[in-house]
Amino acid sequence: MRDPRSKKVVALAPSGIRKFFDIVNEMDDAISLGVGEPDFDTPWRVRDEAIDSLTKGRTFYTSNAGLKELKVEISRYLDRRFGLSYEPAQEILITVGGSEAIDAALRAMLDPGDEVLIPQPSFVCYLPCTVLAGGTPVVIPLKEEDQFRLTPEALEAAITERTKVLVLPFPNNPTGAVMEKDDLEAVARIVQKHDLFVLSDEIYAELTYLERHVSIASLPGMKERTVLINGFSKSHAMTGWRLGYACAPQPIIAEMLKIHQYAIMCAPTTSQYAGVEAMKNCDADVERMREEYNGRRRYLLHRFREMGLSCFEPFGAFYVFPSVKEFGMTSEEFAMRLLQSKKVAVVPGTAFGDCGEGFLRISYAYSLDSLKEALARIEEFIGELRGQR
Amino acid sequence: MREKILSYMETNGRIGLHDLAVMLDTDEAAVANELEAMEAEHIICGYHTLINWDKVGIEKVTALIEVRVTPQRGMGFDKVAERIYNYPEVNSVYLISGGFDLMVTLEGKTLQEVSGFVTDKLSPLESVLSTKTNFILKKYKDHGTIMAVQRKDERELVTL
Repeated sequence: MRDPRSKKVVALAPSGIRKFFDIVNEMDDAISLGVGEPDFDTPWRVRDEAIDSLTKGRTFYTSNAGLKELKVEISRYLDRRFGLSYEPAQEILITVGGSEAIDAALRAMLDPGDEVLIPQPSFVCYLPCTVLAGGTPVVIPLKEEDQFRLTPEALEAAITERTKVLVLPFPNNPTGAVMEKDDLEAVARIVQKHDLFVLSDEIYAELTYLERHVSIASLPGMKERTVLINGFSKSHAMTGWRLGYACAPQPIIAEMLKIHQYAIMCAPTTSQYAGVEAMKNCDADVERMREEYNGRRRYLLHRFREMGLSCFEPFGAFYVFPSVKEFGMTSEEFAMRLLQSKKVAVVPGTAFGDCGEGFLRISYAYSLDSLKEALARIEEFIGELRGQR
Repeated sequence: MREKILSYMETNGRIGLHDLAVMLDTDEAAVANELEAMEAEHIICGYHTLINWDKVGIEKVTALIEVRVTPQRGMGFDKVAERIYNYPEVNSVYLISGGFDLMVTLEGKTLQEVSGFVTDKLSPLESVLSTKTNFILKKYKDHGTIMAVQRKDERELVTL
């Protein structure tokens, strides 16, 4: 019998997080700081709207691109929050989470051999999605001394004549890094000079703690070169609803819509009705959650300073990315030993790219009590390691 | 700053000065000063513990009593409210708009104790016209905290 499996898929590396989580899963009493999703419930009014839509029997497909009302509300929201202007009927596509939007955008833009620049450490899907779309991933390692921002020099150095798309994953998972307006302006100049396109994954846009997030699409001349990805998962604590969206110039959205309608049909109808309420009436809930995350972020950084654990100050998302280089072991070894001896699960930085070596991703989408307990154990652990030297 | 301190304190009265200062990006002395000032101004009126007595196995009866009263000349409802709230068994007294005047909440060990208070103490007050006693059968949510169910972290591990 022939091998039924695609060589391309077989060659994809399994996610580094997956492997680690399988071990965590077998431990019942471990405290996990590994989960990358909000610990808050979806605001009740959003859940209530979803229930109401079911009560009214709104259980049909929506149009492929999504509910008109939702697209209109997203357009208003993006204008209100980020000063972006997208035309609901032509420039917005509702997807099954931001993930589907990333996949569809890459498939809509890439031809074989096109190179995609992927800054790392970053969310694990860009590289495999690029490969599956027939493109060639080119990794740009980000550095702690640059606060894990993408510098113009690093970008310029990675560009070849095959480069077509730059993935811009900020605020960043796993580092918590943000790109401020002047950082983005420098990137935008290079993107325009080389006639590139940007896939800007702004799923954590609402979770910034320094200044309001700036979208690269809001810079002059960039809207026509940008596919903006966002969604409801992180900002509105709606991960399980699987609801996201892409905004882009009409020609790109039109091609993404083809992929979406053949592969997916439409995003879940109930989730879309919930999304309307989230866009219309939940700015205060988003604010409340951001404040809470910010308090935890400050608490974690303060505790790391107390322990003498080196950590750059992240201003976005809900992760901190401390360095464990002083202990002379790999991130994976550190994480494994921490799990085994103190039953605290954190994710090794290498799960997000080779340049994550020497770092850990710690999520603060956990209650303050859990964070305190976990940090006390981490402090004990590094005390023991230092004592042994 | 006050509003932020209060929003933390309202749901977690046990949070320490140190943690509060770290999370609000200020120093302990500043937080301590604000707290002291708010106590002095009676913005913070006390520090209580939210107890689910059902789980302790100690019988408690809580009643919401609707009271209609005659307001007194020059004093409005304040005088009669004072007469009522000074009883230690009374938990709270609110002036209410609508079909009655005062809402009194009362905690007792038994039904008899509560009804005894109503018949012996409350009803005989001169300005009290009538009372209607409602007993609480189950507390689902109190002070913003859901009492009925305990939640645990059900998030599954996922690749992201």
